Amino acid sequence: MSYLLFQAGFAAYFVTAVIYTVFFFSQKNKIRNVARIIFIVAASLHTLNIIFRYIEAGHTPITSIHETISFFAWSIACCHLSFRWRYTVKNSGTFTSIIVLLLMLASSLASRELLPLPPEMRSWLLPVHASISIIADAFLALAAIGGGMYLLQERELKQKRFGFFFSRLPSLDTLDKLNQHCISIGFPLMTLGMFAGYIWARQIWGGRPWQWNPKVVCAMITWLFYAGLMHQRFTLGWRGRRAAWITVIAFCAVLLTFWFVLSGGAIHAT
Amino acid sequence: MRRDSIVLLGVNHKKTPLKIREKMALTGGYVEPLEKLRELDGLKEYYLLSTCNRVEVLFVCQDPERMRREVLDLLFAGKVSREEVAGCFYVYENEEAIRHLFMVSSSLDSMIVGESQILGQLKEAFRHAAEQKTAGLIINKLLHKSFSVAKRVRTETRIGANAVSISYAAVELGRKIFGDLRGKRVMLVGAGEMAELAAEHLVGQGIQEVVVANRTLERAMKLAARFKGRAIGLDEVVEQLLDVDILISSTGAEGLVLFKKDIVPLMSRRRNRPLFFIDIAVPRDLDPEINTLENVYLYDIDDLHNVVEMNREQRDKEAVKAQRIVEEETLKFQRWLDGMEVTPTIVDLRAVAESICQTELAKTLPRLNGISTKERKCIERMASSIVGKMLHHPMCYLKADHGCVDQAERIVQVRTLFQLNEQCEQCKQADD
Repeated sequence: MSYLLFQAGFAAYFVTAVIYTVFFFSQKNKIRNVARIIFIVAASLHTLNIIFRYIEAGHTPITSIHETISFFAWSIACCHLSFRWRYTVKNSGTFTSIIVLLLMLASSLASRELLPLPPEMRSWLLPVHASISIIADAFLALAAIGGGMYLLQERELKQKRFGFFFSRLPSLDTLDKLNQHCISIGFPLMTLGMFAGYIWARQIWGGRPWQWNPKVVCAMITWLFYAGLMHQRFTLGWRGRRAAWITVIAFCAVLLTFWFVLSGGAIHAT
Repeated sequence: MRRDSIVLLGVNHKKTPLKIREKMALTGGYVEPLEKLRELDGLKEYYLLSTCNRVEVLFVCQDPERMRREVLDLLFAGKVSREEVAGCFYVYENEEAIRHLFMVSSSLDSMIVGESQILGQLKEAFRHAAEQKTAGLIINKLLHKSFSVAKRVRTETRIGANAVSISYAAVELGRKIFGDLRGKRVMLVGAGEMAELAAEHLVGQGIQEVVVANRTLERAMKLAARFKGRAIGLDEVVEQLLDVDILISSTGAEGLVLFKKDIVPLMSRRRNRPLFFIDIAVPRDLDPEINTLENVYLYDIDDLHNVVEMNREQRDKEAVKAQRIVEEETLKFQRWLDGMEVTPTIVDLRAVAESICQTELAKTLPRLNGISTKERKCIERMASSIVGKMLHHPMCYLKADHGCVDQAERIVQVRTLFQLNEQCEQCKQADD
């Protein structure tokens, strides 16, 4: 059942991405409305999929690679849709839906087997640590998407050659605000997720929670990137291109951490 | 005697880069260059137009080749080399010159097609030429005609609907940078007409405050009062930039007014809030290097051109209509010009006389009963000889070398006296 829902969600995301791309070229509002509705449908199907999987597995479905990436895709979709309530960022749907689609593709390629949970992972901290971290990553992903759009738009404005993107991308100010909003939500969540992970590690390994493994180091570096950016933004007013670049680079670090986490297996202590 | 040529020489934004244009611009006003051109005795009439997008000279002379060289040397010697000039100048003669002038006046040749500033600039330029008495019969007629063509284009097409000149581009770019223009502050450096127009447009978009900086404080205060803003002196500009988001510069200064080094320390104090500079002055006011700073966007007048280019398509349709009007008017003017020669005037005069003769005969002859063919011939001959005698002196007046009145002037007199233009139109219509 959950797999069927996953397939349906995947298909709906695909349609969304295609329609958003068509909208990106044609710029007809009618098409965008259709895309938005299908996006909501896809995200709902995906939500059901995660709920069913939770029931089938008996624990929070963020343990295998398939589950984690799928949850990541779901978080990005939901964050994007939640932002629509607050304010609109013109044409960001196209970029987001494509990223979500790619993640779903990666997720569908991984093994969908339901693995029995190792005993040390049976903790109330599993859903807390994993879901908060992944939702934080989703916000940071949106920040990076916004950053990429900013860099594209800024380039057109600086070089004064108004090509394909100029009329289709939103204003620099909107993109910079998107960046700031996403990071000011994503960064505290990330901190919280890391803190939960720390507590959990203490529970498992007792007094030696800090382990020098690449994943933890990478997570720390990522955290420092965002902390630095937040600091500079609030004290010196860093914004614009510099902030956009750091957001994009820092998100690469996020992805690297994510990769370490996934390659480390279900419980990432090795 | 050879017929006079109408020659138009110029550079505009299409062919000549800003770098050369700004060297050629007549920054010192029209009086001096008009006075200078008086030295050339080959020029019968002339006028000058200098705006930020074009510099044009229109003159009437006998020997266009020679005069072209002399005029260029006189006006631009020392400013640009001959090679540079040769590459970018366009030269139009007679019909082409007329067409070009009409295109300019009706704003079809403008950077922003359909903008209306050019007409004001043209009138201003013509006023100077008229005051200096350098515009004679042909230029007078031609310029007046160009004003009416512009008016016709404006009323008969929708070409002006989308274009509000530079202001349009400024608003469009401002939106891409700031998202929303509400609550932003704009500063005008130099109180030019174009800057005023741009400010007006921006205020329409919800700009919070307008600050005007000008060399003469009085003018600044006057303009500031219009927008309920405040006036400042030119030396306060850098300090005031802290609170401003958009700056429009249009001073008549010869050199740069604002440099990169002025802006660098400002940005950290502004906490990197973006700054948008628009330089509509020719020669430029703002250091082009400013654009390399982060969160600072500098656009000069040529860059704005690119923005406007994007909206071109929808205007092109109207432009076709407008071009047709220009074409019509060019032909009409050409006809008038042709009539300004001795021979066609004589032909017209004869034709008018002949037609009067025929009309009167047609009225009278049927009333005379019982006259023979011979008598009838006599009456006809008498009528035509009266007309011929009446016309003899006007004809001599036209043809003879007259010391004090110029031939062109005499042609106009005769044509006006006998209402030849109107009469001939009627004759032609009757023929059709």
